[in-house]
Amino acid sequence: MNLHEYQSKALFADYGLPVSRGVAADTADAAVAAAEELGGGKWVCKVQVHAGGRGKAGGVRLVEDTDAVRAFADEWLGERLVTVQTDAEGQPVAKVFVEEAATIERELYLGAVVDRASRRVVVMASTEGGVEIEQVAAETPEKILRAAIDPATGPQPFQGRAMAFALGLEGKQVNQFADVFVNLVRLFHDLDCSLVEVNPLVVTGDGDVHCLDAKVNVDNNALYRQPAVAALRDPSQEDEREAQADEFGLNYVALDGNIGCMVNGAGLAMGTMDLVKLHGGNPANFLDVGGGATEEAVAEAFKIILSDDAVKAVLINIFGGIVSCRIIADGIIAAVRQVGVEVPVIVRFEGNNAAAGLKALEQSGLDIATAASLEDAATQAVAAAGGPAGDRQ
Amino acid sequence: MSILVDSETKVICQGFTGSQGTLHSEQAIAYGTQLVGGVTPGKGGSTHLDRSVFDTVSEAVAETGATASVIYVPARFCKDSILEAIDAGIELIVAITEGIPTLDMLIVKDRLDTLGTRLIGPNCPGVITPGQCKIGIMPGEIHLPGRVGVVSRSGTLTYEAVKQTTDKGYGQSTCVGIGGDPIPGTHFCDVLELFEADDATEAIVLVGEIGGTAEEEAAAFIADNVTKPVVAYIAGVTAPAGKRMGHAGAIIAGGKGTAEEKYEALDAAGVKTVKSLAEIGDALGEVTGWD
Repeated sequence: MNLHEYQSKALFADYGLPVSRGVAADTADAAVAAAEELGGGKWVCKVQVHAGGRGKAGGVRLVEDTDAVRAFADEWLGERLVTVQTDAEGQPVAKVFVEEAATIERELYLGAVVDRASRRVVVMASTEGGVEIEQVAAETPEKILRAAIDPATGPQPFQGRAMAFALGLEGKQVNQFADVFVNLVRLFHDLDCSLVEVNPLVVTGDGDVHCLDAKVNVDNNALYRQPAVAALRDPSQEDEREAQADEFGLNYVALDGNIGCMVNGAGLAMGTMDLVKLHGGNPANFLDVGGGATEEAVAEAFKIILSDDAVKAVLINIFGGIVSCRIIADGIIAAVRQVGVEVPVIVRFEGNNAAAGLKALEQSGLDIATAASLEDAATQAVAAAGGPAGDRQ
Repeated sequence: MSILVDSETKVICQGFTGSQGTLHSEQAIAYGTQLVGGVTPGKGGSTHLDRSVFDTVSEAVAETGATASVIYVPARFCKDSILEAIDAGIELIVAITEGIPTLDMLIVKDRLDTLGTRLIGPNCPGVITPGQCKIGIMPGEIHLPGRVGVVSRSGTLTYEAVKQTTDKGYGQSTCVGIGGDPIPGTHFCDVLELFEADDATEAIVLVGEIGGTAEEEAAAFIADNVTKPVVAYIAGVTAPAGKRMGHAGAIIAGGKGTAEEKYEALDAAGVKTVKSLAEIGDALGEVTGWD
């Protein structure tokens, strides 16, 4: 789960991480009131969306009077911000964050992730602040400093100091950075994060280490034990169909093609999409109905797939392990009757009760095509969707 | 021969009396697995599926001599269950449970490495040596005792590979689902090492997917250590970057973990790769010369 910057910064403040004072506002009046309350005569206004690249897209502005604060809020609230990280429609803007402006002497990068290779939480820092860390990693990997956190000891100040010296920090900045290092990892562990990023971490005109941005991603699997963080969820930033699918235990990701896919198992779902592509087609979505798919879940999956107008055919690929193909067949029949499917449906069953499932489909009297093999299923689906290279119009 | 489990392996089930534990224990017993008992705290002393239920894993081990445990407890209790099994001296733990918090797995993995215990999973179908021992949720009937070792990050995708090797008549020595999570207990390389040393395994099928660098690590390992023919398939060529494809581990981050990179590494290591998952069986025939 992603958090907004203003939410992340409130968590940062809870952990003693130095952030600027700021207020999130959902009206222009509230934004102006926030600026007046903060005082100082110089503010940074930032749109609050779950996407990076806001600055280049015009979603961040340094302003020097409250008229400009109002103008920024009027310009963005209720609009959508399109950045390099969003789709063409962009993300809706419901809040702008008004923050005291900070003076900047140096920009650094600081982040923490779970590193799969070393099986540790790893803190990364770089002198290349304000730049995407992936770009730094690709172009100048030697500029990225790393420190692995031992699960038994947790983060230690010496690790932070070593990093601070390597970054060229001096005087009081060294201990300030070590505090940031330790507290950032404490937050990461306490809140079950998958990513925490400060980009940029700056040295201010007063020579202090300061968190200018804050990005926090939380492990969805741990939300059950993080009720305070779970309450920060903003559904307006999520794809509507993906959120709907999630409620029914389905995994759905919208894609650009015209062949709707319904598969059991994440790996097989990806494999099926790849096979469609290999036969010249284009998958409209990834959808995993899960290992224990029920009739209800199958019906819901159908509705979600068909809510995408681009879908010209539906390919169902089920390898019955735990789940019986017969149960899936009943779900398909019920869904086709209930939802009124108007595009061709191609079904391939294998494994648990496959023959009985196929027989049920054939006896239903519905216009459902069955496939003899994986290849056959993909070929039929691509043909039904209008032949190879069926891109969205 | 086989790897990890055989007809002698004594298995207990943690979460024995729950619905998942019951369903899959019944199937394991019917398959012929030596499932010798189970653990459900508070239900010790009772009987379930004609087997003894124990309060703790330690008791179950002392009474039954089990060396393997399969875990079906809900995600929020799974770290505790795995650590209990490690503490009780279980040699092989198989965690089927999906949705364990990643930070829990960091603690578990550290403990496993310290004590040398092997964990398969979490979020996996389990491990099966056809005709001898089935630990997990895979459908037993698609398997056939034989000569191909199968290792995979995915459940149903493993079944596809297995089905093809069965249809061809090759059969499987052992099939291991290592799971789709970012921090698995066992990695491709661990299983490849076992298959290389196993007499019954004459060829290997590796089924990977996008995300992480496990396939690249496997490629490097194969180049240096594996003499048996390997066929590999990677799912997720069409997956867009930054989107999680169901499995927590299947996400392409910052240009890393793409199927293309993985195919490249495996090709360079001399592995026979297939772009269509329907071609795994045929490719095996090609690299081995089997009919």
